[in-house]
Amino acid sequence: MPDLLSVRDLKIEATSYPPGEPPKTVTLVEGVSFDVQKGKVIGLIGESGAGKSTIGLTALAYGRGGVRITGGEVKLNGQDLLKLSPSGIRQVRGAKVCYVAQSAAAAFNPAHRLGDQVIEATLKHGIMSRAEAEKRAIYLFRVLGLPNPETFGERYPHQVSGGQLQRAMTAMALCPNPELIVFDEPTTALDVTTQIDVLAAIKHAIEETNTAAIYITHDLAVVAQITDDILVLRHGKMVEYGSVRQIIEAPTQDYTRALVNVRGSRRDEAPDQSDTLLKIDNVTAGYGGFKVLHDISLHLPKGQTLAVVGESGSGKSTLARVVTGLLPPMQGSVSFGGKTLPPALKGRSRDELRRIQMIYQMADTAMNPRQTVRDIVGRPLSFYFGTHGREKTERVKELLDQIEMGERFLDRYPAELSGGQKQRVAIARALAAKPELILCDEPTSALDPLVAEGILKLLLKLQEDTQVSYMFITHDIAIGLAIADSVAVMHRGRLVRFGPKSKVLSPPFDDYTDLLLKSVPEMEIGWLEKVLKTRRMESAGN
Amino acid sequence: MRLRSIPVSAWVGMAGIALALVCAIFAPWLAPHGESEIVGDIWQPMGGQFLLGTDNLGRDLLSRLIFGARTTIFVALAATVLSFSLGMLLSFTAAVTGGLVDQTFSRFNDLMMAIPTLIFALVVLAVLPQQLWILILVMAVLDSTRVYRIGRAVALDVAVMEFVEAARLRGEGTGWIIFREILPNTLSPLLAEFGLRFAFSILFLSTLSFLGLGIQPPAADWGGMVKDNKDGIIFGISAALVPGAAIAILTICVNLVVDWLMKRTSSLKGGRGDA
Amino acid sequence: MTAGGQTTPGPDLATAAAAGESPQSDGVAGPDSPTGKTTLHTSIPNDRGTLSPWGRFNRRSPLAALILQRLALSIALLFAVSLLIFGGVEALPGDFATTYLGQSATPQAVANIRKDLGLDQPATTRYVHWLGGALQGDFGTSWASRQSVSEQIGKRLGNSLFLAFFAAIISIPLAVILGMLAVQFRDRMPDKIINVISLAAISLPEFFVGYLLILFFAVQMGVATFPATVYDTMTLGERLSAIALPTATLVLVVLAHMMRMTRAAILNVMSSAYVETAELKGLSGLTIIARHAAPNAVAPVINVIALNLAYLVVGVVVVEVVFVYPGMGQYMVDAVTVRDMPVVQACGLIFAAFYIFLNMMADILAIIANPRLRHPR
Repeated sequence: MPDLLSVRDLKIEATSYPPGEPPKTVTLVEGVSFDVQKGKVIGLIGESGAGKSTIGLTALAYGRGGVRITGGEVKLNGQDLLKLSPSGIRQVRGAKVCYVAQSAAAAFNPAHRLGDQVIEATLKHGIMSRAEAEKRAIYLFRVLGLPNPETFGERYPHQVSGGQLQRAMTAMALCPNPELIVFDEPTTALDVTTQIDVLAAIKHAIEETNTAAIYITHDLAVVAQITDDILVLRHGKMVEYGSVRQIIEAPTQDYTRALVNVRGSRRDEAPDQSDTLLKIDNVTAGYGGFKVLHDISLHLPKGQTLAVVGESGSGKSTLARVVTGLLPPMQGSVSFGGKTLPPALKGRSRDELRRIQMIYQMADTAMNPRQTVRDIVGRPLSFYFGTHGREKTERVKELLDQIEMGERFLDRYPAELSGGQKQRVAIARALAAKPELILCDEPTSALDPLVAEGILKLLLKLQEDTQVSYMFITHDIAIGLAIADSVAVMHRGRLVRFGPKSKVLSPPFDDYTDLLLKSVPEMEIGWLEKVLKTRRMESAGN
Repeated sequence: MRLRSIPVSAWVGMAGIALALVCAIFAPWLAPHGESEIVGDIWQPMGGQFLLGTDNLGRDLLSRLIFGARTTIFVALAATVLSFSLGMLLSFTAAVTGGLVDQTFSRFNDLMMAIPTLIFALVVLAVLPQQLWILILVMAVLDSTRVYRIGRAVALDVAVMEFVEAARLRGEGTGWIIFREILPNTLSPLLAEFGLRFAFSILFLSTLSFLGLGIQPPAADWGGMVKDNKDGIIFGISAALVPGAAIAILTICVNLVVDWLMKRTSSLKGGRGDA
Repeated sequence: MTAGGQTTPGPDLATAAAAGESPQSDGVAGPDSPTGKTTLHTSIPNDRGTLSPWGRFNRRSPLAALILQRLALSIALLFAVSLLIFGGVEALPGDFATTYLGQSATPQAVANIRKDLGLDQPATTRYVHWLGGALQGDFGTSWASRQSVSEQIGKRLGNSLFLAFFAAIISIPLAVILGMLAVQFRDRMPDKIINVISLAAISLPEFFVGYLLILFFAVQMGVATFPATVYDTMTLGERLSAIALPTATLVLVVLAHMMRMTRAAILNVMSSAYVETAELKGLSGLTIIARHAAPNAVAPVINVIALNLAYLVVGVVVVEVVFVYPGMGQYMVDAVTVRDMPVVQACGLIFAAFYIFLNMMADILAIIANPRLRHPR
């Protein structure tokens, strides 16, 4: 069978304008070749900066903001898109090749109804009459499991949820009956329980319409559910290219192997017998009369890890704010080391503050960009212990060794560090206070999988060395299970399940924990079908 | 930062500002004649004995221009520094303290800004005695409302960052948070804002003087010089345009530097997250 | 995020802020603008079971509720401004009667004149009297001319509005077209030229532009008239020719601001994800602008225009003095020099009222143009 899309030796460059320096040309992608057959799906996978979105957009001959395709060929049905005139390219875009963006919320025009936007390209290219297009849109809404498919198109983008918008965007891409759709991380911005619905809907719709697709994601487990082939990319170059079975089950490259095994480790829980360090009693909290947390009670033994798992809006971050004293609870109390903590930050003594430290999700914003690593890590030393001069420098060096970075980073600014390094420095800053508890607010969710894995391993090692406790807040139950001794599952401000890991994981489950556990994609071909079999398709309609 | 990376426009701007400053500082030594010394006939043309001609009373226009630089720049700068200090102090206090203090300050600021600056100045100057320090104070207070608005927005932008929260959690005091955490991260936009306010002050002072409510004669200032010589325009005498051009050129120079500072700020912002 | 996203520098912010000079920056929807605040309030779900009548109205029709709020806010603001203008004058040092008569006046004459002007009454009484009169269009008697302030203002206000109106209808389309051109040729030569010229233009004082035009067109070429006197018996044509130069001055002054802000507003819309979506649908440039960019750019551009009109109303003050044009601005400046307080207060209040009204219109139009509020959930 001839290839629908054939990409050969692609080279993509961009010009960057670093402040205070002459402009320079950077090569984003080099030597990338792949093919897509009719009705097949290829997955592009890689970390941020791997060039996967840039490559995906070449199928529409589009370069985002100054990106130029400088070499190679992109042939659609034997015709090189890169050699087409602007009007020729317009004939392809939105008719033969369509695009689904990561953030549908931004990609829909707020001023027009969804239905009009979904059928717009179809009408513009004269593919169908308006009546036919509207009929097809309703059909697609139904296939994608959207509520009230007949009237869904009358709504405006802000009137529907994020998961529904993502499905509407898929409908928009499918409407003109294209030969190829580029999905650019369509489920990344969604909660796991929503992600599985959207994923299932996309898969169903692609199969139903027999459309070929390029599926871009950083999550190998997701891509394994939906594609036929996988292309692994790193730093704009091809690492490995093969069938999904070969990549998942017999990867030949070290990098691919690491990606496949990223979630392999799971640690055994420690026996729950040591003294209780943190105790949260019947806490209800919220903002301005609006309750976010309802009657939460939790406890965490010394030297152990408690994972607080929940999706966006579950109140898990609010709980962290209550523990730190940023948000005094309306009812209930927090005790630490057997002593009740003053509810508000202002009432707490310097030593009480020292004993609880925090690590944030975005290490970028958690560190002052105008301070060097030496200042950032050194400040808690002088603030809490009055350490100065050479002694302070020595201690900072020790801490940098502990986070496996070393003293050459002493005088670097945060902007000169990679994402993983920044998070390590944040950990060092927390450690410098010699805390008994570190609150970790999604410390790995902004990082690439391999980097995240390294941070988790570091946290576990540090716990062994220093006996520090962690309260680990995450949306990803898999991470929670990997590192925690006990797990708390939160949903809409309430605690739905709490206990030692083994107990949380053993049935009978409550509905929400069950849904959550089943929604985490596993690195296994056919996992999605297995889950869907147990959950009927209709549930996608909520 | 490398000198090479500074665009030509910014160099031009800086050169212009430097020239004006030199005139202002060394006026008595640079000016060929005295500030209010009558040296010839009225409205003598350019060239000849007097490089820029003479004014409506027969004073040397070049000398008055040089002395005028002194008055105009001094008053505008004093007003800007004052308005900046006032605006920054209040806005940072409001942003860091929050709550009732923030509400009170901000609502009052909204009220002040609901009256156009020039109209407000006219009303106030109608009742106040005409003295230099009152003029500077009025300009400063009116302008500080704009500084307050920008300062509060910038400070709030930084104050919600997690590193500020981290400092609060550590137990740091308000002083440390303002001066060590927030201020270093707002310097760049604030510097640009200072330039903008300075440019505005020059224009505002000149306008007031032109309307006869700013600097009082016989002291030379650029806006007042336009007023003095405006009657000559009908006779085709361009003496009024010389100080007018001086105001325009100085303001353009300041704006060129500000433009560059702002571009730098925004590209710094864009470049921070991805290094 | 590909590296491509970083390659485009962001001049939008710089131009918007650079143009945010003079009163225009006042109402630009910043983080703390009233619009932003009120929007937030309505979007917070009310979790109490019962709703007040206002709450119910708010939920059923957030658009109308917001507009009503904005109207009420403007009225409150105007009231506060009247207090400020009256109270500020009151609290400041200096006795008007003394100023009025000169330093050599006898105490008896001062007392008489105080009584004559009503200054012997308590301030609150005078304020209530003044505001009550102002609401009915009566601003009292001028101290200088002993004539009714309202009568004198009436005609002059008409003249000022006439001038501002023509400046507006010329500058608005010009600014929008130039702004769109700058966006179309973004970062290329035409954009750079427009940028440099407009940067220079916002640096020019109004009187400099005015005298330059006079010298060139009225004196040297003799094609325009100066001074720009208008009187009752003039025909429309004569009037128009009289205000040609002042109008041109106002246009030049306000155009650069408006154009820079328009450019920033359109650029903001053009760099949004939904315009990229439209591009990836294979739509032509014209369709993208007409169907996808325009509906969203209208609101910010209207906002820009209203803000600049507010500035225009103030800008007439200097231009009127330059051209000896018999408008409100010149009247006020004259009154200020002779310290004719009733006139100063009246003019101040009227200018502030126009300014507040136009800023309010800017906010309300922005609210109406927001589809989220027009089509509530």
